[in-house]
Amino acid sequence: MSIKALNVNKLFGDFVALDDVTVEIPTGSLTALLGPSGGGKSTLLRVIAGLEQPDSGTVEIEGKVATRLPAQQRGVGFVFQHYAAFKHLSVYRNVAFGLEIRKRPKAEIKKRVTELLELVHLENFAHRYPSQLSGGQRQRMALARALAVEPQVLLLDEPFGALDAQVRKELRAWLRHLHEQVNVTTVFVTHDQEEAMEVADSIVVMANGKVEQIGSPDALYDTPENDFVMGFLGPVTKLAGELVRPHDIELFAAPETDTVEATVLRVTRLGFEVRVDLKVNGDDIWAQVTRGTAEQFGLEPGLTVYVRRAPHRAAIPVATP
Amino acid sequence: MVRTGLRISVLVYLTMLLVLPVGIIFVRTFENGIGPVIDALSTAAAMHAFQITVVVSFYAVLANTLFGVTAAILLVRYRFPGKRILNALIDLPLAVSPVIVGLALVLVYGRTTGTGKALAGIGINIIFSIPGMVMATIFVCIPLVVRAVAPVLEEIGDDQEQAASTLGASTYQTFRRITLPSIRGALAYGIVLALARSLGEYGAIAVVSGRLVGRTQTVTLFVQERYQNFDQQAAYAAALVLVLSAVVALLVSRTLRPKEITR
Amino acid sequence: MSIIVLIPLSAVVWTSMEDGLGGFWHAVTRPEAWSSLKLTIVASLLVAFINLIMGTATAWLLVRDKLPGRAVLDTLIDLPFALPTIVAGLALLSIYGTNSPVGLNLAYARSGVVVALLFVTLPFVVRTVQPVLLELDREMEEAAASLGASPTKIFLRIILPNIVPAMAAGTALAFARAMSEFGSTVLISGNLPFKTQVASVHIFNQLESDNVTGAAAVATVLLLVSLAVLLGLDLLQRWAARRG
Repeated sequence: MSIKALNVNKLFGDFVALDDVTVEIPTGSLTALLGPSGGGKSTLLRVIAGLEQPDSGTVEIEGKVATRLPAQQRGVGFVFQHYAAFKHLSVYRNVAFGLEIRKRPKAEIKKRVTELLELVHLENFAHRYPSQLSGGQRQRMALARALAVEPQVLLLDEPFGALDAQVRKELRAWLRHLHEQVNVTTVFVTHDQEEAMEVADSIVVMANGKVEQIGSPDALYDTPENDFVMGFLGPVTKLAGELVRPHDIELFAAPETDTVEATVLRVTRLGFEVRVDLKVNGDDIWAQVTRGTAEQFGLEPGLTVYVRRAPHRAAIPVATP
Repeated sequence: MVRTGLRISVLVYLTMLLVLPVGIIFVRTFENGIGPVIDALSTAAAMHAFQITVVVSFYAVLANTLFGVTAAILLVRYRFPGKRILNALIDLPLAVSPVIVGLALVLVYGRTTGTGKALAGIGINIIFSIPGMVMATIFVCIPLVVRAVAPVLEEIGDDQEQAASTLGASTYQTFRRITLPSIRGALAYGIVLALARSLGEYGAIAVVSGRLVGRTQTVTLFVQERYQNFDQQAAYAAALVLVLSAVVALLVSRTLRPKEITR
Repeated sequence: MSIIVLIPLSAVVWTSMEDGLGGFWHAVTRPEAWSSLKLTIVASLLVAFINLIMGTATAWLLVRDKLPGRAVLDTLIDLPFALPTIVAGLALLSIYGTNSPVGLNLAYARSGVVVALLFVTLPFVVRTVQPVLLELDREMEEAAASLGASPTKIFLRIILPNIVPAMAAGTALAFARAMSEFGSTVLISGNLPFKTQVASVHIFNQLESDNVTGAAAVATVLLLVSLAVLLGLDLLQRWAARRG
């Protein structure tokens, strides 16, 4: 286990940021801490990094207890949402910073920095200043800087949050690729479930300072353990007292086992799929079907169909209001 | 460790330089009780000094407000040749010794110069009388209103003013209804600063006024003249009044100040 | 603007030339004038330096330390801006003069002049450094920590480089202010020529003795120095802005 956070508690005044949180992160993995804002993910990351002190609980990094160690001595690389670039230093000096602190010989520094700048495709910007770089470039520089000192663990706090959509998508793929090349244990915080699903091997879902569920993207999507996780990771709708995925709803022309009667309210085409708004026993729900299915049924407002959740698909019972 | 050392050295420095000196004014003023203080401040000379100070400050601050707002608008909203020079010149009074200010005005408007004689001819005396003192005070206050208002003008941008003109407002209407209200706070701040400065001006006034007791003596000149004539009670009493007005000005300006400094 | 500022100031320079360049030089190098200029420059440099250190320390205390009563202290710092110089002079004389309650008599001494100058220049460095410290991105310091830098290294390599321009600007302003100070030195220094007379007091005395040309000459020197400082400041600010 690369990182272990055991029974960590953290309060900010009255606000409970972390409530008895236990997380274990395997060596070499790429893990996402996912959840809504204020849920505790950044706090947990900062506790692991040593930028915050937990009120109770322990932190171990590569088997060594690190709970009271200052950030300087933990061997973690940290990347901030707003880059935290050293604005008075050139890109080269930024990346070289950690090595200069450790008093490495100049030749070694030069080699390593050049290597890293090539890795992040900033080799032509070595002598520019951060203010002359775009957001995406600054973040790549920040990554190179963190990797320069060969950390045991790489932590990223909403690394793409400050960038626009296009750049975000590019850097996501790029981070995944980087991880395959460099292979250091990486943990990143995000509130974007699409980002977590696309990039991470394993996801820790957090809300209100607690861990809701830990698992692979598929596991979390297909077998969520509670309504929060289900609702956060994908679309949901309510049918027969359960939360189900709209694309798991089957349509029939005539009643079948376990089906209920539904009236079509609206049919909207969304690209390749079709969204069908239905009324079931006075409730409004929606289902997602293929174009083929829609045509096959001749779906249009007013039509009566029979619906049920496809068997063996995710469902979480919900208390009926 | 370093922190305690830092705290102690800074606090000691500030105490010795700020707290003690100001405190002593209070102490010395009331050394003989309140009676003498009131007496000292009610003499004809003292009352006159207060009057002169108020008059000079009033005109100086008024002129400065008009100039300051105009200059700020010019600098922020317009481009013209010589803008950079104007900008640099506005800060000039900060670096010039008040005595030099006085000297400069005397050289141009003194009784022996061409301009001075011409103006005297039509009954306007500059040096050794109120107008000269007002001019000197205006000089030293020039940067205050401008520098308070300009950044705010810059920050709010001219979007609102542009919107107003598309809705048909004339330049004057836009100014009165849009620009002025938006700089109200900063303007008040600048005015308070200018007022404090005007009340406290000494060096330039010392040169320009001729220091005629009862005619051109401001409160600051009064303090100096009384002290050097061994009337310490009067000097301290007047000084106390100035200290109090400075403190009031300080507190008022803090509440008006556009940005928060301590968190 | 011209009526009040430009014309009078150029008159000063013009008048100083009334006796020609030779006369100018003579007026400035008269022992009394020269001594006052020397005292002014040396004292101002000393005061600027002290302010550099104490001012930065004070700004640090106000921004980073959780001292109770910070707000009061913060307001107090502006006092020298608001207080009339003559009152400051009187106050300092009372504490550090012949009847000093703390037993420190600096009247008629050069150190008295220095103390007066320290008083009036107090806010300058503090007020230029303070906002920069406030705006400083804490995450830069956290990043440096995560890369292994100790608190001292963080201060020297991250914080200091970012506040140096503000420190320099404040020091230059303090220097310019000290050079031109008049009111606060009048009482405590006793105006002993050759000993405690600063340049602006010298100018004043020359005026009183009707030596207008001599006064103008020394005044011109002071103006030139102020101009140089302002120019330097402007250049500094533009250089700093380019670094972004």
